[in-house]
Amino acid sequence: MTAVFRISGAGRLSQAKTASFSFDGKPYSGIEGDTLASALLANGVHLVGRSFKYHRPRGFLSAGAEEPNALVQIVRDDARKTPNVRATVQELYDGLTAISQNRWPSLAFDVGAVNDLASPMFSAGFYYKTFMWPKWAWKDLYEPKIRAAAGLGVSPEKPDPDHYAARYAHCEVLVLGGGAAGIAAALAAAETGVRVILADEQAEFGGSLRFESGARIDGQDGYAWAQGAIAKLKAMDNVRVLSRTTAFGYYAQNFVGLVERVSDHLKSPGRELARERLWQVRAGRVVIATGAIERHMVFANNDRPGVMLASAARTYLNHYGVAVGRNVGVYTANDSAYAAAIDLKKAGVNIAAIVDLRDNPTCPVIDEARALGIEINFGRAVVSAGGKLRVSSMTVQPKNGGGERTIPVDAILMSSGWTPSVHLFSQSRGKVAFNDDTKRFVPGTYAQDCVSVGACNGTDGLDATVDEAYAAGAKAAKDAGGKAGKGAKPKVDAGESWSRGMLGAAPGAGPGTTVKAFVDFQNDVTAKDIRQAVHEGMHSIEHVKRFTTNGMATDQGKTSNMHGLAIAAEELGKPIPQVGLTTFRAPYTPVTFGSIVGHARGALFDPTRRTATHGWAASHGAVFEEVGHWKRAWYFPRAGEDMHAAVNRECVTVRKVGGLFDASTLGKIEVVGPDAAKFMELLYTNPWEKLETGRCRYGIMLREDGFIYDDGVVGRLAPDRFHVTTTTGGAPRVMNHMEDYLQTEFPHLNVWLTSITEQWAVIAVQGPKSRDIIAPLVEGIDISDEAMPHMSVREGKICGVPTRLFRMSFTGERGFEVNVPADYGEAVWEALWAEGQKHGAVAYGTETMHVLRAEKGYIIVGQDTDGTVTPSDAGLDWAVGKKKTDFVGIRGLTRPDLVAKARKQLVGLKTKDPKVVLEEGAQIVADPKQPIPMKMIGHVTSSYWSENCGRSIALALVAGGRDRMGQTLYVPMPNGTIEVEVTGMVFVDEKGGRLNG
Amino acid sequence: MLLIRCPYCEEERPELEFRNAGEAHIARPTNIAAESDDDFEKFFFIRANPKGVIYERWRHIHGCARFFNAVRDTVTDKFVMTYKAGEPKPSKLPGASK
Ligand SMILES: [Zn+2]
Repeated sequence: MTAVFRISGAGRLSQAKTASFSFDGKPYSGIEGDTLASALLANGVHLVGRSFKYHRPRGFLSAGAEEPNALVQIVRDDARKTPNVRATVQELYDGLTAISQNRWPSLAFDVGAVNDLASPMFSAGFYYKTFMWPKWAWKDLYEPKIRAAAGLGVSPEKPDPDHYAARYAHCEVLVLGGGAAGIAAALAAAETGVRVILADEQAEFGGSLRFESGARIDGQDGYAWAQGAIAKLKAMDNVRVLSRTTAFGYYAQNFVGLVERVSDHLKSPGRELARERLWQVRAGRVVIATGAIERHMVFANNDRPGVMLASAARTYLNHYGVAVGRNVGVYTANDSAYAAAIDLKKAGVNIAAIVDLRDNPTCPVIDEARALGIEINFGRAVVSAGGKLRVSSMTVQPKNGGGERTIPVDAILMSSGWTPSVHLFSQSRGKVAFNDDTKRFVPGTYAQDCVSVGACNGTDGLDATVDEAYAAGAKAAKDAGGKAGKGAKPKVDAGESWSRGMLGAAPGAGPGTTVKAFVDFQNDVTAKDIRQAVHEGMHSIEHVKRFTTNGMATDQGKTSNMHGLAIAAEELGKPIPQVGLTTFRAPYTPVTFGSIVGHARGALFDPTRRTATHGWAASHGAVFEEVGHWKRAWYFPRAGEDMHAAVNRECVTVRKVGGLFDASTLGKIEVVGPDAAKFMELLYTNPWEKLETGRCRYGIMLREDGFIYDDGVVGRLAPDRFHVTTTTGGAPRVMNHMEDYLQTEFPHLNVWLTSITEQWAVIAVQGPKSRDIIAPLVEGIDISDEAMPHMSVREGKICGVPTRLFRMSFTGERGFEVNVPADYGEAVWEALWAEGQKHGAVAYGTETMHVLRAEKGYIIVGQDTDGTVTPSDAGLDWAVGKKKTDFVGIRGLTRPDLVAKARKQLVGLKTKDPKVVLEEGAQIVADPKQPIPMKMIGHVTSSYWSENCGRSIALALVAGGRDRMGQTLYVPMPNGTIEVEVTGMVFVDEKGGRLNG
Repeated sequence: MLLIRCPYCEEERPELEFRNAGEAHIARPTNIAAESDDDFEKFFFIRANPKGVIYERWRHIHGCARFFNAVRDTVTDKFVMTYKAGEPKPSKLPGASK
C-alpha cells in the first residue's frame, strides 16, 4: 500500500521496493532508499520528538545532517540502541525500529511539557542561576532530576557488539563534499592521474542537485549527471569514492578525519562488515565543497511540527517523492523558497500563500510562481504559527504592523537565506571574512593548502560553481604533481541561483517581544534569550553562546549560529563582524566513540607482554598481576591455599631451601664500546672504571636534579661491554635517558646502547640450595665461591645453550640469575625446576620477591622512592663515588634542599603489635594527640607480613628518620592509631652471611 | 596529527613517531659540579615557554631514534624547520620577514 503522502511520479525511489518499520511501536511502510524522516513524512507523521528544555512537540526541520529536532533512538537489540540518531540521516531498512526520546509517558502527551508553561523560569542562564545553592544539592538533587527530565535517549545495557574499522589513506587531492562542486573538482583532479579521494556524507552523491529540479548539466538532469560522473570516477584506478562518509575534523597539515557509515543502513549486516570505518587521510591538497545550509525564519512558534526549511520540503518531494503537506504555506526572505512552492504546486500540492518579507523583490521564480496562480504577499511577515502537535495555521501581518490574517495550513516552508558551510575551512584554522553585501561569512585567509569552492565559498549559481570547482580541482592536482588533464569541463545548461535573505529575528519576534521564536531548536534558545544574555552583560559572542547554550547542542548551531549572532549584534548596536563568530570545532557532526576507538578495545586496548615461562606458570596455577604491560606470576597457590598461605610458604621455602623466580621483565641494556666505562661513570653515581671484568655492581642512576631515577645490578662482561639491568617499569625511560645524554651531551663518547630486555630470559635461582640446583646443568663455568663470588658474572652454557650467569641476590640468600636467550627460557626453566624439585625448592612470584627483598631492606625504585629521594635519603650514600668529578646529578645533590637536615629518610618500622600489618601509603605522626590537621612526618612505603620474621615489617620515609632509631611513632588510621618503632631497614640476616650460606 | 621532518631520515613522518624532549640549546655545563646555585637554577629549572617561536628538542623515537632540534610556533603548532643536534641555533628562519 502506498503511503498517503507519497506522490506518484515524483522522486527517484522505486515504489516496488517496500520496507516496513516501526516508530514508537506503530508499524509503517516505507520504500528502500528512504530516510526514516522521508518514510515517516510519507505516512503523514511530523511529530517525532520533544524538545530538550521545554518538551515542546517537534518535527523535521531539515532533510539532512543539520537536523536539530528529529532525534530518535534506533533499536536493533539490547546491545544496539543508538540514541540521538537524526531521522533525516538514518536510512530506512526493512524491520527498522525507532522510538522517540525525551517524552513521558508518550510523545503526544508529555508531562514535561509543563516546562513550556513555566518557561519564564527556564530563561537564559537558568541553570547557572538556579542550581547554585546549596552546594550539595547539585550532585544529590538537581543533577539527577534534570538528567531524568532531559533524557536524550537511553544507553544500551550491553557492550557494543559491533566492530569498527580504521584506515590510513594518502592522496594528492581530497575533495570534501559530493555535490556539483565536489564532483566537478574531483573530475578535473582525477583526469590528471593523481590520487583523488571524494567523500560525501549522503548515501547518494549530488548534494543540492537532489532537490534542484531546474539544474541541467551536459544535457542531462543535474542529479542524473552527478550519478554518471560518480560512475566514471569509481571506474578510475586513481580515485576512491566514499559515500555515507562525513569529514568531521580538519587537523594540521591537511590531516582530515572521515567517518564512513558502513552498515547502519543495512537490515542485518554480516559480522564481516564493520559498523563504521574511520579514515585518517593525509592529503596534498584539499578541495572543500561542503555547500551551504538553509536558515529558518525566526518567528513565534516556528518550531511547530510541519514548519520546516523550504529546501527540505523540496528534497522530500524531488528525491523521495513525498509531499510534506496538502495545504502548504511559505514564509521567506529569499528567492529559493519560491522554487519549493513551484515544485510542490506542480506536484499537486496546494500552496496557501507565499509570505515574503521583502518589499518588491524581482526574480524569474517569483514570476513563475505568480504564473502558476500562487498567492504572493510582499512586505508581510508570519508573526505566529498556530497548532500544537502539528502546525494548523499561519498568522500574517504587514511587516510594519497592521491587521492580522490567519491562513490555515498544514505545513510552513521557510527560508531566510543560506549559510555557507565554512566549518571545515574554519577548523583548518582559516580565517573567515564577513561579506557585508551578502551578509555572510566566507573563507578569507587560508592557513593550509586547501581551497573552498561553490556555495561554501559564497559562490552563487551552478554555472559559476562548476567553473570555479573544475578550475580548483585541476589546479590542486597540477600543484600536487599531476599531468595536464584531457577531460572537458562539465557544461551547465541551466541552474538555479539565489542569494541574500535575512539574519536575526523576523517582525513579531523583535526587541521587546516575549514570544517563543526559536533560534536554536535543539537547545530551546529563543531570540528573547539572546537579548536577555546581552542585557545581563554578555557582550562577547562566546559568552552569549555559553550563557544561552545557543549553538552548543549536538547540531552545533548549523542553522542557529548566524541568527544568534545577528540578534546579539543588533542588541549590542555593533556590526556583525565586530561581534565575531564563535569557533568551529570538530566534529562537524557527532562521531561515535566506537569509530574513534576502532579495534583498540578489550584485549587489543593495550599490548600484553608475557615472559617465556608464562605458559609454564599458568599451567602450574600461578595467579598473575599486571606490571606495566607485563603479566607477571604473582604467587603459585597450591590446593587450598589463599594468597597469604601461598606467599608464606614460598617465602619460608626460599630461605630454607631455594626457589625459582622469573625475573625476565627487568630492563636490560647493553652498553658497548671503547668509552663504555666512561659513559657508565657519567650516567651512574658509582665508579665503574675500576670494576673488574666478570664482576657486578649495584648502580644508582640520578636525574640532573639529584633524585634517584633508577637502579639495578650491572655486570662487566668485558672491558668495553656492560650488561646493565633496570627496573621493570623504568626500562624504556632509562634507555631514552641514556640515549639523550649519549647523543646530545656526550656525543664524543664512542658507545653503543642496545635494549636487550626481550633477548634474554632471566631465571633467578635463590636460596641455600641454589648452587646445587644449577650445578648439574652449567657447563664451562666454575661456580664455586672462590671462582665465582657474590656479585660476579660469567659467560658459558647451561642445558647446552649460551648463558650469562650472574651470581647476585635480591633475596639476601645465595643466588644466581640465569640469563638465557628468550627462546630457550621455558626449556631451561623446566630443567631448573626438575633439579629444584629434588631439593624441595618452590616456584615463587612477585609477591614473595617483594617480601624477601623488604626483609633485607632492598629498596624498589618507584615504591620506596618517589622522585624526591636522594641516595642519602635512601641510605645508599655508599653507592655514590666520592672521588668522582662528574656524573648526571652530581650538582643536583649539593642543592641546599638536598643537603638540608631532617630530610625524609628511609627507615624500617616495626608495629608494637607484631600481628598488625601497616597499610602502604599510611601517614606517620610524632604525636597522635595533636589537633587535626596533624603534622605528618612521613609515610609507609612498603609493608608486609613476614613469615620468616614471624611478624609484620615495613619500610617508611620519615623526616630525620635515621636520628629516630628506637623512637615510637604513630600511624593514625580510621580504626585507631597504630604504634610503631623506628628500626633499621634490615630485618633478616643483618650481617649478610646468608649470601654465601 | 602533525608531520615532522626528521633531519636524519630527511623526510616528513607522522607525529606519532616522535617525542618532544623539551627546550633546545641548553647545554649542560662542562664543569657542572662547580656551578653556582643561581647558574644551576638557570640551567635546570628555567625555561622560556614563549608564545610564538620556540626552539625545542624532539626525538624520532619510533624511527631512527635520533634527537634533533626544531623551531616551532607555539601558537599555530607549525614547525618552521628542523635541524640536527649540535648544529647552531639558526640565525634566520625560513619565511621570516627579518
Ligand atoms: Zn629519523
